[in-house]
Amino acid sequence: MFPSSFDYVAARSVEEAVAAKAGAGDDARVLAGGQSLIPMMKMRLAAPAQLVDINRVPGLDALERTNGQLRVGALVRHADIARSDLAFGAIASAAPWISDPLVRNLGTLCGSVAHCDPEGDWNSVLLATGADVVARGPSGERTIPITDFVVDFFTNALRDDEMVTEVRIPVPNGRSGGSYQKLERKVGDYATVAVAAHLELGGTGAIARAGVALTAVVPKNTKVTAAENVLVGNHPSTELFEEAAELAAQASEPRDDVRGSAEWKRNVVRVFTRRALTAAAAQAQQG
Amino acid sequence: MTLTQKPSTPPEIGGIGHSVRRHEDDRFIVGQGRYLDDHTLPGMLHMAILRSPLPHARINSIDTSAAAAVDGVVAVVTGELLAQYNLAWMPTLSGDTQAVLATDKVRFQGQEVAAVVATDPYIAEDALELIEVDYEPLPVITSPQQSLAADAVLIRDDKEGQTSNLVYEWEAGDGAATEVAFARADRVVSLETHYPRSHPSPLETCGCLADVNSATGQATIYMTSQAPHAIRTVFAMVAGLPEQNIRIISPDIGGGFGNKVPVYPGYVVATAASLVIGKPVKWVESRSENLISTGFARDYHMKGELALTNDGRILALRVQMLSDQGAFYADAQPTQFRAGLFHVVTGSYDFPAAHVQCRGAYTNKAPGGVAYRCSFRITEASYLIERLVQTAAYELGIDPADIRFKNFIQPDQFPYETPTGFVYDSGDYPTALRSALDAIGYEKLRAEQAAARDEGRFVGIGIAHFTEAVGAGPSKKYDILGLKMIDSAELRVHPTGKAILKLGVRSQGQGHETTFAQIVADELGIPVTDIKVVEGDTDNTPYGLGTYASRSTPVAGAAAAVVSRKIADKARKIAAHLLEAADDDIELQNGVFSVKGTPGRSVTIADVSLAAYTNLPDGMEYGLEDVHYYDPPNLTYPYGSYVVVVDVDPETGVWKARRVVALDDCGVRINPMIVEGQIHGGLTEGFAKSSMQWITFDEEGNCSGSNFMDYLIPTAWETPRFELLETCTPSPHHPIGAKGVGESATVGSPAAYVNAVIDAVAHLGVRNIDMPLLPDRVWSAIQSARATGG
Repeated sequence: MFPSSFDYVAARSVEEAVAAKAGAGDDARVLAGGQSLIPMMKMRLAAPAQLVDINRVPGLDALERTNGQLRVGALVRHADIARSDLAFGAIASAAPWISDPLVRNLGTLCGSVAHCDPEGDWNSVLLATGADVVARGPSGERTIPITDFVVDFFTNALRDDEMVTEVRIPVPNGRSGGSYQKLERKVGDYATVAVAAHLELGGTGAIARAGVALTAVVPKNTKVTAAENVLVGNHPSTELFEEAAELAAQASEPRDDVRGSAEWKRNVVRVFTRRALTAAAAQAQQG
Repeated sequence: MTLTQKPSTPPEIGGIGHSVRRHEDDRFIVGQGRYLDDHTLPGMLHMAILRSPLPHARINSIDTSAAAAVDGVVAVVTGELLAQYNLAWMPTLSGDTQAVLATDKVRFQGQEVAAVVATDPYIAEDALELIEVDYEPLPVITSPQQSLAADAVLIRDDKEGQTSNLVYEWEAGDGAATEVAFARADRVVSLETHYPRSHPSPLETCGCLADVNSATGQATIYMTSQAPHAIRTVFAMVAGLPEQNIRIISPDIGGGFGNKVPVYPGYVVATAASLVIGKPVKWVESRSENLISTGFARDYHMKGELALTNDGRILALRVQMLSDQGAFYADAQPTQFRAGLFHVVTGSYDFPAAHVQCRGAYTNKAPGGVAYRCSFRITEASYLIERLVQTAAYELGIDPADIRFKNFIQPDQFPYETPTGFVYDSGDYPTALRSALDAIGYEKLRAEQAAARDEGRFVGIGIAHFTEAVGAGPSKKYDILGLKMIDSAELRVHPTGKAILKLGVRSQGQGHETTFAQIVADELGIPVTDIKVVEGDTDNTPYGLGTYASRSTPVAGAAAAVVSRKIADKARKIAAHLLEAADDDIELQNGVFSVKGTPGRSVTIADVSLAAYTNLPDGMEYGLEDVHYYDPPNLTYPYGSYVVVVDVDPETGVWKARRVVALDDCGVRINPMIVEGQIHGGLTEGFAKSSMQWITFDEEGNCSGSNFMDYLIPTAWETPRFELLETCTPSPHHPIGAKGVGESATVGSPAAYVNAVIDAVAHLGVRNIDMPLLPDRVWSAIQSARATGG
């Protein structure tokens, strides 16, 4: 496994990193955890002309709650989130399911988000919780809602001269709960099917806000708006969750492959959506 | 049979039965092991191989000019170039031919087409991308059924007289007697199943470092080989090099599992390149190259039928098997058995008639059906009979444990000759199964299963009782390319009483440096820490066929014991001389020679060792060393009873192994800790194959399992916990009563896991789900059984 040759820049600041990236155009890649990028380069599936290493950039490793948001910096590793008390709901539920311990120790949430692999977990969690992605370019910073950020498989909304510096996830005020249900063939595998669910309850106990998103059974991580609409305004119940689960199954577009048949995957979407919503509601009702 | 086994030597000697810490581990743990890729020689060049992207295509032309022009590229090798040295093709271990570098056609995706030799590995890899090959695609055959169809394209048009894709036809047993038994049967139960293609996947991939001295003609080849002596002989035959000028050094090996038995094209090309260029050439496969091109395992399509009485007595077995051999028939197996020892498929049961018919077909897949920890296809055989017996239990309404007890070969029937010609040496199967069932709480679990079904939960209990045939093999029946499957040990005891034991086999992680020292320690009383074990260098070890098919302990281990006894005989004479007693009056125990009836008069093995070089009786030859070539009188037959409990999620088909109880009887255990490690590994591999692991191809013949994200190796996270039990029934013909255990759990466990999942859904009418039992297959089986009203 010998990659093609490439230039390497170790940036000392976000400005330096952005400048280096801008200089190399679409041939540059940001290196944070490298858990997808390096294997792709070694298999020669990716051959960037330049790597911009941001691991020495101070301040990007912040994981904190401010202004009602959970802020996850570009150098926050999956493992940091998995062991943080600040994580909640679907975030806390998904973190231990990210690949394996080795990948979690090095890989970053922001890197996974920017990679836009439809089998990646974080974008579904962010779609369910309604997060924003913060991007920095030569002309400054902009905030991109996750629904706009995920453009297509392996395609994000960044411009060639931009990099992700942070992800911001709104922290609910009232009673809330979330869950990430993932079916993988083994630890370290990508999801065969995964469902993220997020529920916020109003004063009456009815669902005030709902997020449902799918991993690996759609061409890109996808929010199931139809299911969310059915949930909002109603009290949690088995029947309601079964209805939402059916809508999620209908929204999925699985394909037959070595992991299993499309029919079975659609069934798992149905079962996992019901289970994720049930777990999310139980958590919300407890809190 | 005894339930436990006690060491006869004290711990400071560390003979048989002691869980001595592995001698080899010190260097591995501190990173001081030396694997193939750790070796570097002055002026060494690096080789990379261009592989075919297509599974079947004619090669119109290969343009290497751009690659050859890259700075740092020393040579670009093609099949056309090799043909000038008569090296474009080579023989396989099954007597077929295999392309070294393709000249006419490519026959599987990943086949070797050209090679670049360069000053560093990055340059070699870059230059590969510049080689232009003009391929003309041909129809692709991805299954043996398709391969044997009348209109199938001929894959091996290179072979004179080859008119179809049939590789071999072979049978064992008595067809006529079997037909008679089937005609008499109350019931016939059948099962069709596929044991899918898998890959041994050693963590260290294959490779070599070839160093041919152009002045002397001496070829020193460092190679990841489980069988260095056999490889040297094959090299001498292929390349026409004088055998004394070939030295194969097999350094520390990071796992083999059968994958490092064959001769691979890369070895031949690197050696030829070193010969022509006059510099050392290193070639090391990438993970993907290892997975897509080197020896696979299994890929057996099997149909088995049992003739039974209404009360569950087996009368006969009929088996038809079709194997997918890939593009070249490169199985590593004894010559006269075309499907390995698959005909041991009658298993642990006593019935008079069996007929096993085997066929193999060429396909456009990688060649090299090596035994992946399967003792020459016994994994497939054991899987079939244990699945079939379980099916018969359901069809006849008999408990799956009871049908086994009813048909077991009984302890007083050994030695037992099977209808396909094996002579089982020893065993007590009913005690083994009873013990395993008691340990897991079988009756209680059956009650829980019934209650769970009422609540819509699916619990399954799977049983497999396997019998293996290992330690190939007796020279009258067993050879590879004519080389008899004997093995040897050479023991030298030095003047200070320390010893070196040299063997023709090659450890790949099995712990030979410890276990074989323990055999010598047990026989001579030399402390195990004073015995060095040397393997893997053909210039410095006696001849042997190598380590695979669980044969090291049955064959080389026996040689180690016998050579120790030869040394003991001479040592006894020297002791008699030192003690001024008659030879016959000398007893050896724990390294002390004493005179019978006079315990005060004694000398130690160290005293005797010194005397062997300083003070001998008249007429005796100096030295204390000997060699023994062991020709086993029979195979050995380890066995075991495995019971697995699973919980199946009816909504998704996901299943989890709740408990795994494994009772193994491998005869005398030399190092119980190492034996348990082998069993843990095999149970894990059985879990892998039953749950997730297979090499997949699409309809166009593209291999979609070319890395560890797609070809799955279970981790400790999902692997179940194992509960191990043992009985000890020594092999009556092996010098120390050992039977070998390296492959037992890989052979026995897949059926236990699969039987457990089937058992969970058998009440719905499900009888078979092919491995791997992916959740979607389990779910689909449940759905269709429910749809048909099961």
